[in-house]
Amino acid sequence: MGTRYIWFIAPAVIVTVAIIIFPWMFTIYMSLHDWQVTGARTFIGLDNYVSAFADRRFIAAIWRTGLYAVFSVTLPVILGTAAATVFHHEFPLRGLLRGIFIMPMMATPVAVALVWAMMFHPQLGVLNYLLKSVGLPPSLWVYSPNTVLPALAMVETWQWTPLVMLIVLGGLATLPVEPYESARIDGAQPWQTFVYITLPLVMPVILVAVVLRTIDALKAFDLIFTITQGGPGTASETLNIYLYLKAFSFYQIGQASAIVVIFFVMIVALSLGALALRERTRWT
Amino acid sequence: MATHETAPSTKSRRRLFAQAAALVGMTGGLAACGGETAPAAAPTTAPAAAPTAAAAATKPAAAPTTAPAAAAGGGFDWKKYKGESLSVLLVTSPRADVLTKNQKEFEELTGIKVEADVVPEQQQRQKTVIEFTSGNPSFDITQISLHVQKSLVGKGKWMLDLNPLLKDASMTTPDLAFDDFGKPSVSYSTQSDGRMDTMPNNLDFWILYYNKEIFEKKGLKPPQTHDELVAAAKAIHDPKGGMYGFAARGLKNANVPVWTGLLHGWGADTLDPKDMSLKTTTDEAIAAATLYKELLSKYSPEGVAGFNWNECQTAFMQGTVGLWYDGIGFATPLEDATKSKVVGKVGYILTPKGPKAQHAAMFGDGIGITNASKKKGPAWLYLQWATNKANQARLLSSGGGSPARQSAYTSPDATKNLTVPKEWFDTLVASTKVGRPGLPEIIPVTEFRDIFGVALTNMISGADPKAELTKATEEFKPVLEKSIKG
Repeated sequence: MGTRYIWFIAPAVIVTVAIIIFPWMFTIYMSLHDWQVTGARTFIGLDNYVSAFADRRFIAAIWRTGLYAVFSVTLPVILGTAAATVFHHEFPLRGLLRGIFIMPMMATPVAVALVWAMMFHPQLGVLNYLLKSVGLPPSLWVYSPNTVLPALAMVETWQWTPLVMLIVLGGLATLPVEPYESARIDGAQPWQTFVYITLPLVMPVILVAVVLRTIDALKAFDLIFTITQGGPGTASETLNIYLYLKAFSFYQIGQASAIVVIFFVMIVALSLGALALRERTRWT
Repeated sequence: MATHETAPSTKSRRRLFAQAAALVGMTGGLAACGGETAPAAAPTTAPAAAPTAAAAATKPAAAPTTAPAAAAGGGFDWKKYKGESLSVLLVTSPRADVLTKNQKEFEELTGIKVEADVVPEQQQRQKTVIEFTSGNPSFDITQISLHVQKSLVGKGKWMLDLNPLLKDASMTTPDLAFDDFGKPSVSYSTQSDGRMDTMPNNLDFWILYYNKEIFEKKGLKPPQTHDELVAAAKAIHDPKGGMYGFAARGLKNANVPVWTGLLHGWGADTLDPKDMSLKTTTDEAIAAATLYKELLSKYSPEGVAGFNWNECQTAFMQGTVGLWYDGIGFATPLEDATKSKVVGKVGYILTPKGPKAQHAAMFGDGIGITNASKKKGPAWLYLQWATNKANQARLLSSGGGSPARQSAYTSPDATKNLTVPKEWFDTLVASTKVGRPGLPEIIPVTEFRDIFGVALTNMISGADPKAELTKATEEFKPVLEKSIKG
């Protein structure tokens, strides 16, 4: 009787093993080897992990990845929540404006990156033209090691603020009306209502957006690679860019696999932390 | 009123972990990140051709053992494999354009159907290595960037040695005229063990482009030496007026040929092929890096540290840059009135002479048959057609490259149909006489370019050339040693 159910879960188990478990096991296996693309493979234990942590470029890439994630999560979450609050209220043409607002999210990241790369050009780009036309000094944007990360985060913010807005807007739509009625009767100001009622109630939803954005920001690749390829120098070389170089330019498959495993552990730890935080803020 | 849940239960902790794992799963498998989104890389490459004594002298490759194809007869038949089909992997480039545009000619000649896949350079390089590693590549024929992939492909023995086919009269057309290929280009296509695993196809020489209109206004002459190059860049440079003296690649990796090209002016290279020792901290290497730093930090557009060839090309085409140092294959877009503001105003000259020598940095590509292909016969016919005299002449007249065949340079058809200025052609011919490999022939050439590329980019931001080259050399040395041992 009991074994009959095995056939129902078998497809899911097979797919999970084939596309998640096996690749991961094989990645871990490769990370324990000096793996050459020309065929030679030598078991070297944890040497790839040791050399990764002794590699200044790897450590710098971790720091840069964190910094990029902070920029790319904070700004969309703040702006997206603000936009959701606005779009939660009724006003003329709300549907049309909401549709326009979410358009960046629908564009292909590589196409977005190529367009922004042209806009960032220090001499010929439209961004410096706009800055100059309002009397501001031009910027080097992605062409300077000092401004490249904030400039890239600006593109992420432009593209992904609409996603946060949609998530938070969904959360706002589910909020109970009673607390707002009570607050109004008690004479609460709109700002007080927002800070003391709306934000705490919608916080679990915002944290979902934070988790999703964090994962997206940590694994960001296409945008950075298309615009800067990790440059100037290594100024925008995040872990994924470094990992890509190791695997597909240097063909150091073992070392690249070790970086993947380390990155995996970091993402699991961060996700657990964020989800634990969400549990703590959840209303029951 | 709802209550706040303050601590998750054991059950919810388990659920947390499951959720986290699922979320991580949603990231799509980090091992697979990458590839498909990369933009096309710079056309840094080009192998090939003419009588470059310097190139021949610096090549570690063994002397080509190839004999010209057997004399006429021998049962050769273009229709031998009629009805077969071939899968060809090409790099997006003028070379690929020539082959795909005229593909029907081959299909009619042989009755073989060709499916050509044209992929941007960077992705093509990765695709070939990944597919070769799989042991079952999806293509029968592929282009190979000799300055990047030659050593790796040679070590893996992934490509078919063409020498036996060249000697087989039943397989090789009598009018192949193998002697027509310049010795340096044949040497470039030949591995150190004597295997020739690609047919020579194209060489790419680096030249200096200059804006004649700006030079005339400033009363300047085209620079013939490094000193004149700096002086001209300085005279033109006026950033407040939107004019810049010089442009070249500052982006790491892409920028290394600029440095090695300047280094040739001292008659030097970055590697001694005899003992495979690095020559990257010599006085000459430091002097070339100092010159690179001066040109790019003082006389180039702001932000040049992030410039690849396309940013340089755009700036030059807008008429805002006086001099541009890069590969020879940009004449076509520069002379295209729909894209360029400098049509008819571009001067093409040899890489200026350095304190000790004058060379043109040389890169190249060949085209070969995969060892795993089950259609080696049809594939060999394709190679013979792809590198025949007509296609090599077409390549030259399109202005998209420097053919490996010497006859192309004397072909009336090629010169008559030139779509770019004659000055470009003259500079190309002159470059073939002073060509010198622009990158060392080593397996980890991409790491070489990456590590020294970062050092060069740092110099643009003010770092000391000697300190940066020393640091980069220390970083790269173990990589090179490992590749030699391994």
